[in-house]
Amino acid sequence: MSERTEGDRSEEETERSAGAPTTDGGTDHPAESPVAEHARPAGGDAPETGLAGPTPDERPHPTGRRDEHGVRKEPDHGPEPTRRATVSALVEDEPGVLARAAGLFRRRQFNIESLTVGPTTVEGHSRITLVVEETEAGIEQAKKQLAKLTPVIAVGELSGDAVAAELVLLKVRGEEPDKVHAITSMYDGQTLDAGPRTITVQITGDENTIDDAIDAFDQFGIIEIARTGQTALERGDSPTTPGEEPGHSAGETDDDEFTNYDD
Amino acid sequence: MTEPATPDAEPDEGDGGGRTDRAERPDEADAEPTDEPTADAAAARAEAATRSPGTGANAVIAALEAAGVETAFGVQGGAIMPVYDALSASSIHHVTMAHEQGAVHAADAYGIVRGDPGVCMATSGPGATNLVTGIADASMDSDAMLALTGQVPSDMVGSDAFQETDTVGVTAPITKHNYFASDSDDVGRTVGEAFALAGTGRPGPTLVDLPKDVTFGETDRPVGEPAAPDRAIPDAEADDRQVEEAASAIQRAERPLCLFGGGVIKGDATEEARAFAREFGIPVVTTMPGIGSFPEDEDLCLSWAGMHGTGYANMAITHTDCLIAVGTRFDDRLTGGVDTFAPEAEVVHVDIDPAEISKNVHADYPVIGDAATVLDQLDAAIGYADAPDTAAWREQCAAWREQYPMDYAIDPDEPVKPQFVVEAFDAAMDDDAYVTTGVGQHQMWAAQYWTYREPRTFVSSHGLGTMGYGLPAAIGARVAADDDRQVISFEGDGSFLMTIQELSVAVRENLDVTIVVLNNEYIGMVRQWQDAFFEGNHMASQYDWMPEFDTLAEAFGAKGFRIDEYDDVEGVVEEALAYDGPSVVDAHIDPEENVYPMVASGAANGQFALAEDQL
Ligand SMILES: Cc1ncc(C[n+]2csc(CCOP(=O)(O)OP(=O)(O)O)c2C)c(N)n1
Repeated sequence: MSERTEGDRSEEETERSAGAPTTDGGTDHPAESPVAEHARPAGGDAPETGLAGPTPDERPHPTGRRDEHGVRKEPDHGPEPTRRATVSALVEDEPGVLARAAGLFRRRQFNIESLTVGPTTVEGHSRITLVVEETEAGIEQAKKQLAKLTPVIAVGELSGDAVAAELVLLKVRGEEPDKVHAITSMYDGQTLDAGPRTITVQITGDENTIDDAIDAFDQFGIIEIARTGQTALERGDSPTTPGEEPGHSAGETDDDEFTNYDD
Repeated sequence: MTEPATPDAEPDEGDGGGRTDRAERPDEADAEPTDEPTADAAAARAEAATRSPGTGANAVIAALEAAGVETAFGVQGGAIMPVYDALSASSIHHVTMAHEQGAVHAADAYGIVRGDPGVCMATSGPGATNLVTGIADASMDSDAMLALTGQVPSDMVGSDAFQETDTVGVTAPITKHNYFASDSDDVGRTVGEAFALAGTGRPGPTLVDLPKDVTFGETDRPVGEPAAPDRAIPDAEADDRQVEEAASAIQRAERPLCLFGGGVIKGDATEEARAFAREFGIPVVTTMPGIGSFPEDEDLCLSWAGMHGTGYANMAITHTDCLIAVGTRFDDRLTGGVDTFAPEAEVVHVDIDPAEISKNVHADYPVIGDAATVLDQLDAAIGYADAPDTAAWREQCAAWREQYPMDYAIDPDEPVKPQFVVEAFDAAMDDDAYVTTGVGQHQMWAAQYWTYREPRTFVSSHGLGTMGYGLPAAIGARVAADDDRQVISFEGDGSFLMTIQELSVAVRENLDVTIVVLNNEYIGMVRQWQDAFFEGNHMASQYDWMPEFDTLAEAFGAKGFRIDEYDDVEGVVEEALAYDGPSVVDAHIDPEENVYPMVASGAANGQFALAEDQL
């Protein structure tokens, strides 16, 4: 540990060149007015109101700039691009946890596209899957804020490789049942209800599949639609949220059977 | 938590600021602001944790006792009555306040002074909603606090029953976490957890909503030691690689600047922060909540930066090439426009809360951990290599200090300047006196013209800016502080009127507090902005219908004083401070006086105005 004191240092260092601002202005000026130990008497060259000292224009100005996220940038940078992220949060399954997550996103103005929630293999734990469209900084912030909620156990952002799916119910006009059925089969969907006037089908798949299916059904005239929003899991052995313990297959209830993905 | 926070030891600076040798510094336990509990207190806590409570309400009180709570502030009411009934058999001192807002601010200030969560209580519905402002205030300032609210019986919840409010829903966004107690057997453990959680990691307010059937219900389950959930306890130590990278950025710097925020004080890192800055000769600016983290009368200290911070602090921020920010959330009142904030600086950001990193200002070197621990880590990492050479930079900062002095003009024939009143009290009072404030111009003068030397001595509403904070905060600080520490509150006429009813509490409890109303018959800060940005249209800001505060104080049973001219000041200061009990000084100040310097909102810090025509 250095034993130097400030006093020692300043002597040897006063000769070094100033690291102070190089722009024109204040740096080399002698002090304009003494430090006020006490109030100055009124009158003299003091301004009518306010304090003494060089005005804003007379001061040295920095040349740097930051963007809206506080990152140092060239002055003429454009707006930050956004991207879509799928975020998975493992949470304690307690009352109000969904409201807390949703409230957080509303309050902090994160642009949320979909939100799904459901139980996991571990009793008392649920998984919330959120799709957000944000700047890189916004996505990081959303994940951190979510992780801060007390009932949240872990938060992870899913890789592009993750398995994601969504379910949609479509109610279409029933005039052309064969054609509707053909398209339903094409998308590996199921017919849930078929009447003389309407047909309701269910399609599951990734987001693109769902979008395409909706386009395809559009020709019949879509009456109503209900989409669940995406839910997703990381592929293979990777845990969906960091440190997440895998569940166990039916029958295995002994805690010893739990293995960590990291094992 | 039996002892109040002790001020940091006097800096050892005969040689210009050499730090205390690590080996000589008190060990961890002693350095804690809360001394070891006495054997009796520890035994009482253990007893409370293990006894069979009998009812849910008793369990609530047992949990508070097991947490070492000595004082609670609150107001009675139907749904909280079982808890109060149980409280009557406890050694916990209850300060009955005139309004729940008084209770929550008092608890907040009590917590700030003690360094342990303050506790407030209210009934359901209107009692709970009256706490909301103070809970939001505590949340913005990361103040550890526990609020207990009564609730209608569980089977009536959701029916819009008499005095029902969805308190958990209302307070969810403004608490660190809140709980709805649903079981008499668990309620004690829940209250203990809420208390512990409030003070863990980044502090904040927590709340437990207590339905009447739960507090009435029977239980024999002991409450146990209060404990925060494991997940909520962050690592104190920062990652070594983060520390190394930050350290080398600091070593490379030519114009390094420490920015100490409220987190330095909340994290009890004052000693480490001071030692760090002094060891490397790095100039210090603080945020407003960070006031007191570094002695303002020391050469290295440039006081606080931001909207009404000193010109020299704002110049230093504008020109630093390495900002070492500790425990600050880069509030917009500090940064001005983010695009122009410390534009040449690489930012080292030390914080216990990962979510603060790069929230408002991108951190080039994030260091996540407890402020005290991380500062020691950084200190060690820099100590092994060459420290930055700051002599020229310090000279530059000193020159700015001379160029932009904090002063004001006095004319003996004109109304008294508020700054003069603040300075007169500062001169007459101890260095470690507690100062609380309302919100407005008076708050800024109290922050600018009082020289703070110790942490936790400036007790103010920062993030939320809550008018009416000052008096109840003074009550909370007074109850929390050692008898030999003085307490003063600077109030604006508008702010004082918002919670003036708490004067009755100060009188009843005979609290020795001095309340100084900087009375300009305006809600002055609004008037200042109207003059600057709304062509002087004083819509709803003229308060020339103010009562005589000195006379009103007497009606409450307090002592009233009045200042009209400079000649009154010395005598009134002396008498008000000599009075043993609550006194109110109605100081009629220059109604036109404004707060400068001023950075217009969203503007660059270096563009601070020294007078209205510069805005
Ligand atoms: C509860 C609340 N309401 C409104 C405001 C907006 N506001 C900020 S400063 C201010 C004026 C404060 O007036 P006063 O307390 O008389 O202090 P002064 O500025 O005159 O010193 C107002 C109305 C606020 N901060 N808090």
